[in-house]
Amino acid sequence: MRLMAQLAMVMNLDKCIGCHTCSVTCKQAWTNRAGVEYVWFNNVETRPGQGYPRTYQDQDKWKGGWELNRRGRLRLKAGGRLKKLFTIFANPLMPSIQDYYEPWTYDYDRLFSAPASEDTPVARPKSLITGKNTKITWSANWDDNLAGGPELTSADPVLRKLSDQVKLEFEQAFMFYLPRICEHCLNPSCVASCPSGAMYKRSEDGIVLVDQDRCRGWRMCVTGCPYKKVYFNHRTGKAEKCTFCYPRVEVGIPTVCSETCVGRLRYLGLLLYDADRVAEAASVPDEKDLYEAQKSVLLDPHDPEVIAAARTAGIPEDWLEAARNSPIHKLIFEYGVALPLHPEYRTMPMVWYIPPLSPVVDVLANTGHDGEDAGNLFGAIDALRIPIGYLAELFTAGDPEPVRAALRRLAAMRSYMRRLNLGQDPDESIAAAVGMSGGQVEGMHRLLALAPYDERYVIPKAHAEQGAQLEETATGCSLDYDGGPGMNGPFGEASGMPAPMAVENFHALRERQAGDDLEDAGELRGRVNLLNWDGKGTPDGLFPKRNRDKS
Amino acid sequence: MNALDVLLWVVAPYVALTVFVLGHMWRYRYDKFGWTTRSSQMYESRLLRIGSPLFHFGILVVLLGHIGGLVIPKSWTEAVGVSEEAYHAGAVVLGTIAGIATLGGLAILIYRRRTVGPVFTATTRNDKLMYAVLSVTIVLGLAATVVANVVGTGYDYRTTISPWFRSIFSFSPDPALMAGAPILFQLHALSALLLFAIWPFTRLVHMLTAPIGYLTRPYIVYRSRADQPTGARTPRRGWEPSR
Repeated sequence: MRLMAQLAMVMNLDKCIGCHTCSVTCKQAWTNRAGVEYVWFNNVETRPGQGYPRTYQDQDKWKGGWELNRRGRLRLKAGGRLKKLFTIFANPLMPSIQDYYEPWTYDYDRLFSAPASEDTPVARPKSLITGKNTKITWSANWDDNLAGGPELTSADPVLRKLSDQVKLEFEQAFMFYLPRICEHCLNPSCVASCPSGAMYKRSEDGIVLVDQDRCRGWRMCVTGCPYKKVYFNHRTGKAEKCTFCYPRVEVGIPTVCSETCVGRLRYLGLLLYDADRVAEAASVPDEKDLYEAQKSVLLDPHDPEVIAAARTAGIPEDWLEAARNSPIHKLIFEYGVALPLHPEYRTMPMVWYIPPLSPVVDVLANTGHDGEDAGNLFGAIDALRIPIGYLAELFTAGDPEPVRAALRRLAAMRSYMRRLNLGQDPDESIAAAVGMSGGQVEGMHRLLALAPYDERYVIPKAHAEQGAQLEETATGCSLDYDGGPGMNGPFGEASGMPAPMAVENFHALRERQAGDDLEDAGELRGRVNLLNWDGKGTPDGLFPKRNRDKS
Repeated sequence: MNALDVLLWVVAPYVALTVFVLGHMWRYRYDKFGWTTRSSQMYESRLLRIGSPLFHFGILVVLLGHIGGLVIPKSWTEAVGVSEEAYHAGAVVLGTIAGIATLGGLAILIYRRRTVGPVFTATTRNDKLMYAVLSVTIVLGLAATVVANVVGTGYDYRTTISPWFRSIFSFSPDPALMAGAPILFQLHALSALLLFAIWPFTRLVHMLTAPIGYLTRPYIVYRSRADQPTGARTPRRGWEPSR
């Protein structure tokens, strides 16, 4: 057994209102730069819909993820190592910018500079790719809220798997939102596709990252990822992807998307898994067994044998404690309501989803039934073949049973808790009908509806003894960007190694602590870090230089 | 042998090689982030799908041909029974085909770069210089082959240019060998020297990191946060983490 820890996320789709706050805050934090205008580490899709990039789920077309070869072994769907190297000069499976959208801005200056005339000046859209006038024809959420109607939704690859008759009913019945980030898979096909070995899975917490210094822009990761969550920065020529906000989670605070989620529908926590069993579980022959196989790789953090193995593997005690308190583990195992997204890609995704019950409730309510009565709900879940079929294509490779079970538990929780809210006696039979106890139902209700910050986000901090490395992790100093203040060297700007922040701060603080003289207090190497400025004197660089010779 | 010969066939090669080696070392040390193919496939792939493989596979064959012609001495090939005529015929046929493929691919790529808006916008001055030097080198090389060996009676560069090339690396340069070569071969060599000198500072650096290691490494790469990550700076002296 090779025990490893994995940071994972669960999103409760029942609570997603499709407000895109997660996408916007993520974009502001990570991808508000040239070259990644079209990049959304987090995006929110309306289902049914085409997704982003368009029809990314159609693996017959994009060939992302893994498949089984004739001998039943895993191989990359887009082809093995040799094929990758032979197609490296022109990747035939790479989405073009049109499959995402051509980013644009508006010619705002025109509004001010246009000469006076009878017509109101217009800010025309300008392409950020060519700089020319452009026509906006698509964007990251063009089919938001089913905009574009059946014309666009009928291209949904998930919908196309269902039969025609089902499709039609479905469009009348059902819509929900699917927020997506990188899945930080246990068996990441993007990592396996990278010819340079620049992508890696962090062994401490399982976060999948791109080493920007080793990426050579071969673009195979974009093809490899079936979720199309690795993006190509067309300005720097390097791959970029969701980082699980590692600088934040390392210090125990949630990712930006989780932190800013209006509906508080995201959960973060630790899972323990057996890395030696991942390949075996990912290669079970029947796709419908993949959900159970994926669960079987995850280990029970309360099991003494697992704890002993974790200690041998060097996982710190506070991480084990976090694993025991993990809301993710509870939602997957104890309450059994969280399901993985597209397990049939065989990548073992680690962002899980609680399927939405509200569309079922809405149908009941719209037809004049009591949408919170357990019997009605159970009946509706069994009768509404279409939503179940669609959700099953998303979460369990088409097997409706796990989806049905999860929805029945959510339904039971609704009815059970309504009785309590109305001051009636708890009805254990409702809980028993879905194989739970009343106490468990209340526990699930607490986690899904009431749980405060520290119960939704159980994030163990990275360790203090590793602190020296934290600031200088693989992707380097945050000031190393093109033209940033960190870039000074013997060959002018953009060359040379910046002094690590820790070193700079250390020397600056020591000099100031040891110095007696107010006059010398300005020794801060010509620049001032206001975080370190203690109000003593006015160091050089605090204000712009004045020409003293004049006085 | 005059001063010009020494300058062109002794000084220039060593300068170019030094810049090539030290330039790559400097670039790798200080600009790993800039070390990329900077692919423009996202913008346009219809022309790229034809032009790029044509050029790259062509130039790989050309590279092998140059290794065969310049590095392997004539006496070795004759020792294994390959006559001058057989070698010559093979080299001319293969070289011409590969050269035309390379040039055709390059023409498609340059046409694409100029006419496809986004690709042209993403083209830097550095790229334009690189394209110019690369094209001149390839055109001169192909011209030298065609003029001397297809149109003309044939020129055995393995008695002059190849020994000169090897004499550079054995640190006993013999400019006289090169001084007598046909002008097209001389110009080809000079433009190649210029190409090598600018190489480390252009996007051509991606060639040196061709991902051959992909064939042997395990699929899933794990890396520890605690390890010194490959590719990032090493800690300053005195700041190494404790073991």
